[in-house]
Amino acid sequence: MTQPMLELSGLRKSYGTHVAVENVDLSLDPEEFVTFLGPSGSGKTTTLMMVAGLQQPDGGTIRLQGAPIERQPPYRRDIGMVFQHYALFPHMNVRKNIAFPLEMRGLAKAEIDRQVADALDLVGLAEYGHRLPRELSGGQQQRVALARAMVYRPALLLMDEPLGALDKKLREQMQREIKRVHRERRISVLYVTHDQEEALTMSDRIAVFNRGRIEQIGTPSELYERPATRFVADFLGDTNFFSGTVLGSSGDHCHVEVLGRPVEAMAPRPVAAGTAVVVAVRPERMTLHPVAGDAGLTGRLIEVIYLGASRRSVVRLADGGDYFALHPASAAAPSQGAPVGLSWNRQHATVFPV
Amino acid sequence: MPDAGVKAPLIGGRALLLVPAMLVLLLAFVGPVGWLLARAFTQPQRGLQNFEALWQRQGYLQVLWNTIEISALVTPICVLLGFPIAHAMATGSPRLRRWLVFIVLLPFWTSLLVRTFATVILLQRNGPVNAVLIALGLTAEPLSLIYNLTGVMAGALQVLLPFVIFPLHAAMARIDPAFMQAALTLGARPVRAFIRVYLPLTLPGLITGATLVFISTLGYFVTPAMLGGPHQTMIAQLIQDQIAQFGNWGMAGALSLLLLAVSGVLFLLLHLTIGLKAAAR
Amino acid sequence: MTGDGMDLWRRLRGTICILVALYLIAPLVIVVIISFSAASFLQFPPPGLSLRWYVNLFGDPAWTSSLIVSVQVLIPSATLATLLGTAAAYALVRGRIPGASMIGAALMLPIIVPGIITAAALFGVYRGLGLNGTLTGLIIGHVVITLPYVVATVSSGLRTMDPRLEDAASTLGARPGAAFRRVTLPLLLPAILSGLLFAAVASFDELIVSLFVSTARVRPVAVQMWSNVRGDVDPTIAAIASLCFAFAFVVLLAEGFLRRRTGIEGPR
Repeated sequence: MTQPMLELSGLRKSYGTHVAVENVDLSLDPEEFVTFLGPSGSGKTTTLMMVAGLQQPDGGTIRLQGAPIERQPPYRRDIGMVFQHYALFPHMNVRKNIAFPLEMRGLAKAEIDRQVADALDLVGLAEYGHRLPRELSGGQQQRVALARAMVYRPALLLMDEPLGALDKKLREQMQREIKRVHRERRISVLYVTHDQEEALTMSDRIAVFNRGRIEQIGTPSELYERPATRFVADFLGDTNFFSGTVLGSSGDHCHVEVLGRPVEAMAPRPVAAGTAVVVAVRPERMTLHPVAGDAGLTGRLIEVIYLGASRRSVVRLADGGDYFALHPASAAAPSQGAPVGLSWNRQHATVFPV
Repeated sequence: MPDAGVKAPLIGGRALLLVPAMLVLLLAFVGPVGWLLARAFTQPQRGLQNFEALWQRQGYLQVLWNTIEISALVTPICVLLGFPIAHAMATGSPRLRRWLVFIVLLPFWTSLLVRTFATVILLQRNGPVNAVLIALGLTAEPLSLIYNLTGVMAGALQVLLPFVIFPLHAAMARIDPAFMQAALTLGARPVRAFIRVYLPLTLPGLITGATLVFISTLGYFVTPAMLGGPHQTMIAQLIQDQIAQFGNWGMAGALSLLLLAVSGVLFLLLHLTIGLKAAAR
Repeated sequence: MTGDGMDLWRRLRGTICILVALYLIAPLVIVVIISFSAASFLQFPPPGLSLRWYVNLFGDPAWTSSLIVSVQVLIPSATLATLLGTAAAYALVRGRIPGASMIGAALMLPIIVPGIITAAALFGVYRGLGLNGTLTGLIIGHVVITLPYVVATVSSGLRTMDPRLEDAASTLGARPGAAFRRVTLPLLLPAILSGLLFAAVASFDELIVSLFVSTARVRPVAVQMWSNVRGDVDPTIAAIASLCFAFAFVVLLAEGFLRRRTGIEGPR
């Protein structure tokens, strides 16, 4: 078994009475790309800052390649970090910014020049060495920050919402760039974002943060297909939540009464009959029947929204709530105002306690 | 100790950087001022006799009244003249703003003495202002513009305008122009929108500026001494007289304490209404 | 969209701006003109032009010795105030010290408390210490008076500086000393120099404390001016005033230049 790159165990941090991070455990493998995803204030950045050494944990341990580092100052940790607004030194040109960590490590001049040129090549900015940061575009500044954090070949790279300041198109381009650098340099990455799409496309695994805790950690498809908590189902992608009562369970699934009709769903944890629950179903997993059938829920199609590649149907059920179903645009759809039925395969529905 | 480790000694190290400045402040400012204020109760003997004398002697009361009267006159005029300038700075073009900042800052950083002296030249009997007034036929005889209340006001405004302009400008610069536009689209006539929306938003700056002006005027020394007459003697001059002419440290201490107390109470009020942090910004 | 009210306001605003600008600038202009006057009293407009008052200024030992005293006080006091004020500002803004805002307010006291009180207090305490009429006494008083300018300027410089730059330096392997030297100090230098310049100007202009603690033998320029203004006034005082004015002008330009050159939003 290989030694993990980074191990966090029981990490805690509070500011006064506010608990920012509570019992965070995590293990990061070499060359793995793990993203911290969560709403703002959920503790993801604080956790990252504790790994970097810029915040002192109240308790717990941080091991980097097996060695405890939580008592070490940031400048001894040898971890690379890309900051939210890049934090490039405004009085140094690109070359000097990238040379800074090498100078701090006392490398010889010639060696510094060679490695800086190498880093500039890696991010495609060979021509820009003499520019000052403010003379660069946001994307270019981002690359400089990346080159600066990697030039001394740290084993672990931390990135704190590095693309937050860029527009959508540039952000997607930079995502590919970061993935390329990640592959080429075979580095471990801890990445913080509140953008779920970014997390889904870039990560090997995602840790979803909520209120200072990790709600669930897993591969993007695990999180999307099998959310462990209602928060994860809600935060990651669109989800319909149907309130109901458990009728009974058998094995890994259960029967639930929703709006007077029986439906089926998977139960990640056993639930007793009579428990109030919600059933979570992704819109693209919903089937829309032209006429209300025996199975599933019945309602009225009140709106069809054309989204280009797909079409979103808004169905109003008896409880007055609006629910969504997503279909390929080419599929035939009932007309607006018509009574419809909604159903799903039980594999694609999950119950959560209320 | 939860915060032990790397950061703790670092914080200690940074706090040490405060020590020299704090020592200077304590030994060369707080200590001496405390000593002076203590004289009020100890000289010539223990007791409150200095405050009784202050209360009973007509001359002292007249000076206190002068001080408050002049401050109370200067403050609203300063606000009225400073408001348009601050507004032009906040809403005008960057070029206009640079010019205005320069014009307001330049005198701010020129010696008070030099400016007061210049005002004397400007306003004296055969000075340029009187020359212009006579040439325009507004007066036949040169007017007495200095060594009286007019002179003190003229000199004080010169010096104090920046104190009201900068806080006002800071408050106005923070007002989103969209607020006024929104008020206009919502049907408010411009003047009404200005009074109902803009003015209240400038209030923190206005109160800060007015308080600064009032407090600064209370302690004025150079301006009344050079531009005022005997009827404009203010408390600072009285303190100087007590020490330089009579060696009356007890009365000097009592007057200082009074001046400091009034300023302190006003600052406290400012702090309670809008907060010193907001005022400092 | 502009109703009559707003139009009227704009016109009124323009008029007041011009009048107030004139009011602020006119005295300075008149002083400069009179300093080149040929007449031997303060007459405006002057009957002719000459440099005699500048010659007089640098020829009269009372003025030259006071200029020397001013410089002897200004250099050490501005330097000390800058060192102490910068250290204090750094501790206050970056130190995470409990009660930092109270301490910061306390350091501002010398410019909030009326000068007459500080002056009388120092004079009184100096009597027992034999510091009245000494350079040391003047320097101590000027450090106290100018310290707030430096603390305010450097603090606001530090506040406009992204604290993450120091964090970044730290994660890149810089020890605290190296991070300060290579990142914080170069970025803060314009603010520190501004503080130094303002402290120098404030020390040169400082009157009330100097008036109390100086004597006829050790007398800085401001006190010399004060005693002249109140005695026989001749345009020599306009000459020295013009020099003060030129000094302030140069300082303001230098400050603006520093700010633009470094491209960082400097303090006010």
